[in-house]
Amino acid sequence: MTASATRDHMGRPVVAVTGYGIVSSLGIGRADNWAAASAGTSGVNAISRFPTEGLRTTIAATVDFALDAPFTSPELGERLAAMAAEEAIGESGIGPIGDFPGPLFMAVPPLELEWPQRLELAEASGQDPVDYDDLLAVAAKGEHRAYHELFLFGGVAARIADRFGTRGAPISLSTACSSGGTAIQLGVEAIRRGETDAALAIGTDGSVQVEALVRFSLLSALSVRNDEPQKAARPFTKDRDGFVMGEGAGALVLEDYDRAKARGTRILAIVQGCGEKGDGFHRTRSSSDGVPAIRAMQAAIEDAGITPDDIDYINAHGTSTPENDKMECMSCAAVFGERMKELPISSNKSMVGHTLTAAGAIEGVFSLMSLAHQRLLPTINYDNPDPAIELDVVPNVARDAKVETVLSNSFGFGGQNTCLVLAAEPR
Amino acid sequence: MTAMRRRVAITGIGLVSSLGEGLAPHLKALRGEVAPIVDTESFKPYPIHRLAELDLSLQIPKRGDIRQMEAWQRLGVYAAGLALDSAGLKDDEAAKDRLELLVAAGGGERDHAVDGAIATGIREANDKGAYLNEHLMNDLRPTLFLAQLSNLLAGNISIVHGVTGGSRTFMGEEQAGVDAMRIGLERVATGQCEAILVGGAYNAERRDMLLSFELGGLAHKGTPVPVFADDRAGCITGSVGAFLMLEPVEAAAQRGARVFAEVAGVQSGFAKRRPGAVGAELARLIGELGPFTSGTRAISAATGIAPRTAEEREAIAAALPGAEVLAAGDLVGHGLEAAFPTAVAFAAALVAEGDTSDVLVTGAAQWRGEGAARIIAPGGGS
Repeated sequence: MTASATRDHMGRPVVAVTGYGIVSSLGIGRADNWAAASAGTSGVNAISRFPTEGLRTTIAATVDFALDAPFTSPELGERLAAMAAEEAIGESGIGPIGDFPGPLFMAVPPLELEWPQRLELAEASGQDPVDYDDLLAVAAKGEHRAYHELFLFGGVAARIADRFGTRGAPISLSTACSSGGTAIQLGVEAIRRGETDAALAIGTDGSVQVEALVRFSLLSALSVRNDEPQKAARPFTKDRDGFVMGEGAGALVLEDYDRAKARGTRILAIVQGCGEKGDGFHRTRSSSDGVPAIRAMQAAIEDAGITPDDIDYINAHGTSTPENDKMECMSCAAVFGERMKELPISSNKSMVGHTLTAAGAIEGVFSLMSLAHQRLLPTINYDNPDPAIELDVVPNVARDAKVETVLSNSFGFGGQNTCLVLAAEPR
Repeated sequence: MTAMRRRVAITGIGLVSSLGEGLAPHLKALRGEVAPIVDTESFKPYPIHRLAELDLSLQIPKRGDIRQMEAWQRLGVYAAGLALDSAGLKDDEAAKDRLELLVAAGGGERDHAVDGAIATGIREANDKGAYLNEHLMNDLRPTLFLAQLSNLLAGNISIVHGVTGGSRTFMGEEQAGVDAMRIGLERVATGQCEAILVGGAYNAERRDMLLSFELGGLAHKGTPVPVFADDRAGCITGSVGAFLMLEPVEAAAQRGARVFAEVAGVQSGFAKRRPGAVGAELARLIGELGPFTSGTRAISAATGIAPRTAEEREAIAAALPGAEVLAAGDLVGHGLEAAFPTAVAFAAALVAEGDTSDVLVTGAAQWRGEGAARIIAPGGGS
């Protein structure tokens, strides 16, 4: 224990952010991502990773500069996570790479054998027709052992844990499209419990492969604006038609505020509050009254010990699906009332696409950068406003503003709603 | 934070497996009164503990909900419903609105027929990429994705049972079950959470999961032998669903809930993959939970995979000399993410029925990760 035990409004340790890192379709690292996002750049392009003939959607915000092709989703997810974590840990100065003094909480996409590997096993079987018993017979020969480990759900986090020397068993988690937010929340909770002085929270997603794309496509969730990839992610516009899959990773070094102070490191921000609320309405749609999203935002604000009036900016979930953007607007109006007409809210997804499992962490990092630079990132492609959505979406151009407290929203399939309050260091 | 820790009670248990549902059939098996039910034919050469016949409508009244789920989700939702019934909270809408979920889950079953047809047909295709795209777009059921997504077990529990306090899903095979129990306990003990339903579900009756084990050379084939037998050669899996309701002892007393047992502690570890490391890590975790008395019983969630299963047995023997070690896998098969919660549920059932007042639960994962828990009689321990 340090001499000055800083506590929050509920008597809990204060959780500081002392490092963060990011990779997205806009580039590697904070500098490149900030420059590109500040300039309103889109990372969406035609997919070149696999043939797209016959697919309804042929665009995505992929990260094609991190690994040499071909690669599997877990390999890319691990690489992106490692890049983001290395930047975050390096900045925090918490210790050498490979000796992180706390646990790992990691949002990772679900995994399974992918088509190239499945077809490789089928080919090796020599059977025609081929079924799962034939694949089992091939597997029993023991010549494809690496695929067991590669496609384990816990594999990516285990390899990241080994690489960065985090403590204890790494937590692999999913709350669908709010997973990144949940990873941060779990880290905050561990520090508040006094279980650890530091935690590494990561969200990563490198899963733009054919079947993942098809699955979202079959749910009619994706934009089909294939002819204008860079215009396809258009949150809050009247002609938004779905989200664009994205890839990337965000990583945060979380520390007990006093311990961070004691070692003389710079406090970049604090995670002031976390809130969540489940929704039992439907598997993919949210309650028509918006109550779960409203209560998740209110829970985060209450957990932070502040009021809605203290929020300076909202980093939206803003997927660009007809449903989400309408519901998010309605829920924000319920929480912030008349003030919502002038409270800026913008969607990073207009530029980096929906990075799914990583989104909460990547958008957390963008929010932290807004705090650092006192600048709000734009919602690009806002050229046809939805009249039913009366919001200041920071249209098209970044804006300098006084920002001390940010609310970052993440909502996901399965009734997941996770919100974070990120704030400048208390004076 | 050195604030007072709250004692944490198990006030609800939901169990389904090859033996049936609820505590009674599992207690019989734990006492050796009935034999396990292993199917050696359906997935030959892999023995499987297949799920007992269930009337799903008892816990999932809407047929539409049943249709929207795959088997692993159905049995998880069923087990969660049993746990809510047993906790006396099934119809308490206000409590369920606050109740949190911590679920250990993998993913859902693939469509084996579609996979086989594509893998066969693609050989003759001139443009293999176009062939794959066309068949995935046309042959995959749109709703299959939701039946496979890891967090949709929790999502379905929210929808079917109205548990909407918030949910998190841990992935990572067996260790997900250990860490769900550990973090669930810690959040309740430290006041971060007032009530949480923790558990998992696994459907063993699927060749895609057997393929995962077989790729690693980890599936036992042929005649079933016990988990700790020398000639055991890997996992024998079983379909299981296990959920436990955790809340502070004081809160349970206030609402007059039955306390089946208390959770004295849960530890998780992550040994390197070298000989002896798993045993040493388990010994460390068990040490954190001790000391134990001669009356402590042991239930293991071991997989049957060498050499870690033998190391686990030695670690238990060192802590509890002479104690009989019950392998949960021998009774219901290995339940992956649900394996550790199932072993904890078994321990709580034995404590609740007075068979013992103190149980050490252990488990080393198929690949990485170790766990240990101590389940004690209500009011027991110090």
